[in-house]
Amino acid sequence: MKKGLLAFLLLICVLAVFPLFLRDPFVWHLLIMIMMYATMSIGWNVIGGYTGQVSFGNAAFFGLGAYATAILLVNYNINPWLGMLAGCILSVGLAIIVGYPCFRLRGHYFAIATIAVGEIMGLIFTNWDYVGAAVGIYLPIMEESFANFEFHSSKIPYYYIILIMLLFAIAVSYAIEKSRLGYYFRAIKDDPDGARSLGIDIQKYKMIAFSISAVLTSICGTFYAQYVLYIHPSSTMDLMMSIHLCIIVMIGGIGRLFGPVLGAFVFIPLMELTRVYLGSEGQGIDMIIYSLLVITIAIWKPQGLWALISKGDK
Amino acid sequence: MEGVFSQTLVSGILIGFVYALIAVGLTMIFGMMDIVNFAHGEYLMVAMYFAYWFFVLFGMDPLYSLPWVTALLFLLGVITYYILIRPIINAPMLSQIFVTFGILILLRGLAQYFWKVDYRMIPQTLTSGNVSIFGIYIGVPQLVAAGGAIFCNGLIFWFLKSTRVGMALEAVAEDKESARLMGINSDRMFALAWGIGIATVGVAGTLLSSFYYVFPEVGSNFCLIAFVVVALGGFGSVAGAFIAGIIVGVVEVLSGYLIAPSLKFMFVLLLYLAVVFIRPQGLMGRK
Repeated sequence: MKKGLLAFLLLICVLAVFPLFLRDPFVWHLLIMIMMYATMSIGWNVIGGYTGQVSFGNAAFFGLGAYATAILLVNYNINPWLGMLAGCILSVGLAIIVGYPCFRLRGHYFAIATIAVGEIMGLIFTNWDYVGAAVGIYLPIMEESFANFEFHSSKIPYYYIILIMLLFAIAVSYAIEKSRLGYYFRAIKDDPDGARSLGIDIQKYKMIAFSISAVLTSICGTFYAQYVLYIHPSSTMDLMMSIHLCIIVMIGGIGRLFGPVLGAFVFIPLMELTRVYLGSEGQGIDMIIYSLLVITIAIWKPQGLWALISKGDK
Repeated sequence: MEGVFSQTLVSGILIGFVYALIAVGLTMIFGMMDIVNFAHGEYLMVAMYFAYWFFVLFGMDPLYSLPWVTALLFLLGVITYYILIRPIINAPMLSQIFVTFGILILLRGLAQYFWKVDYRMIPQTLTSGNVSIFGIYIGVPQLVAAGGAIFCNGLIFWFLKSTRVGMALEAVAEDKESARLMGINSDRMFALAWGIGIATVGVAGTLLSSFYYVFPEVGSNFCLIAFVVVALGGFGSVAGAFIAGIIVGVVEVLSGYLIAPSLKFMFVLLLYLAVVFIRPQGLMGRK
């Protein structure tokens, strides 16, 4: 862990001073996307990695965060930071409503149920006129300031905001690993019956894990809405986004603190760069590459790429 | 008004038979080795593309290419088993999910790369047209697809219940260890299950290709529908899948007709949730 922690601190320092040296908006954008997905993937790792409940519906939390912010801002002129809070509350609410019945299901039944919930949310938002239906919502252009969560002259403020969100997510994940909560989560993953016989309230702790996951995903939704200033159901509530989150964690290292971060640094550039350099000609190439990566890792190295770097470390 | 209703009902039942066929393949694989094939819909997509290309390149009608596509898909299933599934047969569920999900994305990526995202359709087939039965207009392709699906389902049912190989398959699904003691090679049975399971979507895909658009993401809805059918019928139950397929088909078209076409898929998904919450073992499931 020591070596890994050192490398990690180095990475954070590099990320923190990076924009001062490299003045390329595309690279900034790329890093912003990497950090946003890393944050969400850490969120996925809490429920999917530590607790072992594979959720294919996490995009719903992202969408709720984005939509709560946008709707409150457009219709009620409520500050995006409060919108973020509202998104988190809604997401935790959804996590509890969905989790309560779904966590009684085991394995595949749960995974498919989360697909169903995610798709239902997407369909509702695509057909609901109040939230702009399939067309989506444009966020109003406001004076740029931290309070308004809008910046037009540069991407740098967004860059630092998402960096702080990522650090927050890592801190949450670290705190879970070091606390009793982390042991409960892992016990539920490895041996649910054993955990129950030791008096762990499985249902309750799954719910806690899902709620933490929901919050970390939802804040990214708010960030995304404020960053792009236009949201629609297929950019915020797509099944593919949920799938990307699990794939990032799988590539990086499932159930590992820095696995999701590493996974995002491998996966997002792969997606964005093939899109930029190959254009429509290369459509599908990124999918072919990362699916082969996922299959290879799942068969031969289920611990993910992080295990290759931190050999022997726990 | 009443005519439209009965027409809708009939079309739901007809498509339900095809759903049942797709789901039977899924449930066979699941029942045999406890692996959910998340890429099931993508194999269907591949079958539809095969049928399309047989038509474009060789001018073969889907009815004639049916055996070829089915054989190709059978092979694809067996190859998938030996290369990708065998190594993870005893791996944790997480690895299994990611491998079949990886196959899903791989097949979709290949389709997008080679065949682009265009919607394609076979313009004219042997079965084009409508017939009127008791005043209800039915598309001939739908009727043929339903007939083919019923026949194929029956064939699989007969194969499992009445042939020695089929019974061996069921024995492995029931109890791997005892089957092994009886001298059944479970490895070969798994390969066969993958072959047949994927061949069923070969049949379904070819039948669908005569009245359904083909595009790289066509599989995703069918795959979700197959999950719903399998859950409703009971995991591992072939007969259950048959009945559940019809129910799902009817629920889909009726909610589209009575409520809103754009929301019909939502009701299918709600049906899944209702089933797993209220009756997790499905209609005819074991346990």
